[in-house]
Amino acid sequence: MASVFTSNNSLLGVASLAVVSGFQKTIRNLKLALRTTAGRIGLPLVLLHITLTLFGPAFAPFEATELHLDNQLEAPSARFLLGTDEFGRDILSRVMTGARSIILVSVAGAALGISLGTIVGMSSGFRGGRVDEIVMRVMDGLMSFPSLLIALLVLTSLGSSQINIVGTIGIVFTPTVSRVMRSITLSLKTQEFVLSARLRGEPTAYIIFREILPNTIPVLAVEASVRLSYAILLASSLGFLGLGVQPPSPDWGLMISESRRFITVAPWVALTPAVAVASLVVGVNLFTDGLRQAQGLPKGDTL
Amino acid sequence: MIRFLAVRVSLIAITLLVVSAAIFAVTEVLPGDIAWQVLGQGATPENLAVVRERLDLNRPAYVRYFDWVIHAVQGDLGDSYIQTRPIYEIVKPRIYNSAILAVFAFMVSVPTAVITGVWAGIRRDSWGDHAVSVSSLVAISVPEFVTGIFLIVIFSSTLGLLPSSSLLLPGTGPLSRPEILVLPALTLTGVLFAYIMRMTRANVIEVMDTHYVRTAILKGITMRRVIFRHVIPNAMIPTISIIAVSIGWMIGGLIIVENVFAYPGLGRLLLVAIQSRDVPLIQALALLIAAIYAVSNLIADLSYGLLNPRIRLG
Repeated sequence: MASVFTSNNSLLGVASLAVVSGFQKTIRNLKLALRTTAGRIGLPLVLLHITLTLFGPAFAPFEATELHLDNQLEAPSARFLLGTDEFGRDILSRVMTGARSIILVSVAGAALGISLGTIVGMSSGFRGGRVDEIVMRVMDGLMSFPSLLIALLVLTSLGSSQINIVGTIGIVFTPTVSRVMRSITLSLKTQEFVLSARLRGEPTAYIIFREILPNTIPVLAVEASVRLSYAILLASSLGFLGLGVQPPSPDWGLMISESRRFITVAPWVALTPAVAVASLVVGVNLFTDGLRQAQGLPKGDTL
Repeated sequence: MIRFLAVRVSLIAITLLVVSAAIFAVTEVLPGDIAWQVLGQGATPENLAVVRERLDLNRPAYVRYFDWVIHAVQGDLGDSYIQTRPIYEIVKPRIYNSAILAVFAFMVSVPTAVITGVWAGIRRDSWGDHAVSVSSLVAISVPEFVTGIFLIVIFSSTLGLLPSSSLLLPGTGPLSRPEILVLPALTLTGVLFAYIMRMTRANVIEVMDTHYVRTAILKGITMRRVIFRHVIPNAMIPTISIIAVSIGWMIGGLIIVENVFAYPGLGRLLLVAIQSRDVPLIQALALLIAAIYAVSNLIADLSYGLLNPRIRLG
């Protein structure tokens, strides 16, 4: 009994150690990424959107849902810097306020997918054998279905809410992440440091979290960044198709699809959220590329 | 080869069976009752009873599932709840329209993407390569509906050259008004082009780094010959399977693009079915799209195996 306790304690202790060393590595890579052109353009874009997420609603000149019925579809002016929509709502304020929901949903969805995928991929790869084969067949099955279609079906039947969108994104991303994590686990588990940990009789959880996981962090960081950009694409597309945040809360995708009808008379209504989505994903992707280059991986060609 | 094909086809059949069960479960079993979904706000006990009767919901779910699958295998997808006519009739022109759009986008993007990819790959780290890489990164980052909006603003609102929506008169095909195809196809092309181009470039760079290419260069044969005889054939093998993969990948793009331009294809139909809660139509479309996706993945695997002499099939 006592031995179980100590091994558990040491497991917790070293797990947090692993996280610390992972953090240091990540920070070093971030610094390196900032030396690449891609990183230098990408990071400010990402930081801009993070600022919007945190302070967007506070800095916005108007309430996102405030109606100015005398100023419908007004062109950009000193009062409404980026114009107004069909209800006279200030577009700048709506875009600034809308950043929070899409970014939080995408980050949460990507994080869920990464966590599930890491757990599934690493344990399946480490375990090997029949179990691994079955798990991977199931993952292949999930992948044999376009992710947008899965998301549409799930959200149609369960109803659209932020939690459901996060859950859907997480499930859709699990197979891809688990494949990446499985293959890296397979290549690491035959290395000497893992074999010696096994010989020492360390518990499986210890080996996975303390020996293997820290070595996957560079790959995991890139994968997380890639997943984040896909999460934003998926979440904003769902918003565009009307299955995202429900009106009148501002959602970039929904703003674009609603402005579609007035696009010939008032293109600014669609353009501002369009630029917002585009700059966010471009920022994340450039940043990913910088991170890749910092780790000596080839430029972003593994999609 | 035949054994490989048989294994893969039966795997597809199994996958589709599982997928069909999943579609059925997701749209039927989860949220209490399908009649609720169909009726939404207007659900009164009498209405519910009528809808249950019409949709045959009084039989147990597994019976209806097997019924549905057996009919689907025979090509009978049932009736649309809203349009009250056979789904097959509704879907047929839509498949044709979507296919036209897809083929159009494919024929534009594949050759240009491959040529640009090779061009950038053999000039790795030159200015041209950087320019192409950065612009393709941007193209891949921007969601299809955003690209579509930009194109509409430029080509319809500002220049007035092309129609901003791709509506068609009932009974006519897109080829009767080819101008409506241009903007949707261009939107679809942007992402496809960027994706295939980046992969081609990466493959070319990989081959350029191999020993046999270095040997060929050192032997003193012309660069032109090195590229056409050694680099391109080897770089094309993975590229072709990527092209095949992107057929399936394009389906997601089609769903979005068709809705941006109100183009009467499968993707537009799917969203209309979702909005009108036409559950039988949603199920049929989901199954159809999954089948198309599975078959294009099979083509991807087959082409890879056939083209690469280093892989022996079954």
